[in-house]
Amino acid sequence: MAQVSMTVNGKPASGDIEGRTLLVDFLRDGLGLTGTHVGCDTSQCGACVVHVDGKAIKACTVFAAECEGSSVTTIEGIAAEDGTMSKVQDAFQTHHGLQCGFCTPGMVMSAEALLQENPTPSEAEIREYLEGNICRCTGYHNIVKAILAASGQDVSKIAAE
Amino acid sequence: MYAFDIERPSTVSDAVKLLKESDENQPLSGGQTLIPTLKQRLAAPEKLISLTGIDEMKGICEDDDGRLCIGAATCHADVAAGAGKYPALAALARQIGDPAVRNRGTLGGSLANNDPSACYPSAVLGSGATVVTNSREIAADDYFQGMFATALEEGEIITEVKFPVPEKACYMKFEQPASRFALVGVFVAKYADGVRVAVTGASEEGVFRWTEAEEKLNSDFSSSALEGMSPPADNMISDLHGSGAYRAHLVGVMARRAVDAAH
Ligand SMILES: Cc1cc2nc3c(=O)[nH]c(=O)nc-3n(C[C@H](O)[C@H](O)[C@H](O)COP(=O)(O)OP(=O)(O)OC[C@H]3O[C@@H](n4cnc5c(N)ncnc54)[C@H](O)[C@@H]3O)c2cc1C
Ligand code: FES
Ligand code: FES
Repeated sequence: MAQVSMTVNGKPASGDIEGRTLLVDFLRDGLGLTGTHVGCDTSQCGACVVHVDGKAIKACTVFAAECEGSSVTTIEGIAAEDGTMSKVQDAFQTHHGLQCGFCTPGMVMSAEALLQENPTPSEAEIREYLEGNICRCTGYHNIVKAILAASGQDVSKIAAE
Repeated sequence: MYAFDIERPSTVSDAVKLLKESDENQPLSGGQTLIPTLKQRLAAPEKLISLTGIDEMKGICEDDDGRLCIGAATCHADVAAGAGKYPALAALARQIGDPAVRNRGTLGGSLANNDPSACYPSAVLGSGATVVTNSREIAADDYFQGMFATALEEGEIITEVKFPVPEKACYMKFEQPASRFALVGVFVAKYADGVRVAVTGASEEGVFRWTEAEEKLNSDFSSSALEGMSPPADNMISDLHGSGAYRAHLVGVMARRAVDAAH
């Protein structure tokens, strides 16, 4: 057992971990932040995406020990303190960017990272950026639409096919 | 995963020292290959020696010979953004996996692993690059020794790769859509002293140089010089994603496209 300390959603967090403890397990089991999902545990699906020092990464494919001293943002840290949703979250709701919601935390975290890098992505750029985020339900259409809308762009041209 | 400890040294020499302490110790870079492997219990290290805290192994610079030198612990996203001097290499890094994989996975990890379908080996072999380790420099032609096999010795760490910058080059990847690795990838680079063509994803022997195509392109750097050509299918990977014959055919197609798009 070793100690790890990091900043999670702006607050200091620390706990006991083993070498093999994944970041996602530290977040979910150690800190009770169960918004970050584990879909595949094989680095394929992106349900576990969080931001570490501002970069989107798969929390199932990094050890907690590697995040010592890092600043981590999870889906719980995206809405404002008073519960007001971020533009991305709001657009997912408005445009029905989810059905069962299992992939949604990862989708939102990837979308937030994309918009930080590229504030007005094209439809093609959004689809490319979401290559590592798999959704079994929606067919992606409304997810892409939500992200376009969150970036302040016109979504009428990709309205229902 | 079996249990193990993690150490995070901050210098190459400390990392080498820690690796030498036991044969059961193993380097950990971006973890995008090693962590899935550990989860499958296909590896059981005693200690993982993390390379991600070693600043001297990160970053991109140019040496006196104009070669692009990339630290082995530089992640794919940083190569995509920072290797502008070698656009084909930056473009290759941008096509690896997905954004989250590119934010963790590293050049050194990819080369040490030498997956037969990985992208970077084709750029390193296709550029005639030099693989620098903590103890020596290895020419690309000597480095790759077959599927998952390299010239690296136990406890040896790749620290940097030096890429000579070609006149023009291009990487053409035919993606296997489920894994996002290359079903076939061809890297073509034209240097003043000749053309190099390296192929990944296709052969049972791992990345290889397609010398027949190199000869043709040396006298005429155009896709028509490769018209109708493809390498022999005997040694090609056959799996549910494609037969050996299909892969051999794709090598020809991807090579011609790479020549047309090289810049
Ligand atoms: C979903 C997904 C999609 C992917 N798609 C692609 C793709 O399209 N193309 C592609 O090429 N790759 C792809 N990859 C693999 C990815 O590029 C890996 O990052 C890379 O192969 C390994 O790099 P790493 O830094 O993660 O190494 P690690 O996983 O940390 O290590 C891999 C191996 O190398 C050893 N090692 C690591 N660094 C060094 C070093 N400096 N010196 C000596 N030994 C070292 C380790 O001990 C281990 O055995 C994908 C991975 C995933 C999860
Ligand atoms: S749970 Fe991490 S990628 Fe699927
Ligand atoms: S909404 Fe069900 S998996 Fe995406």
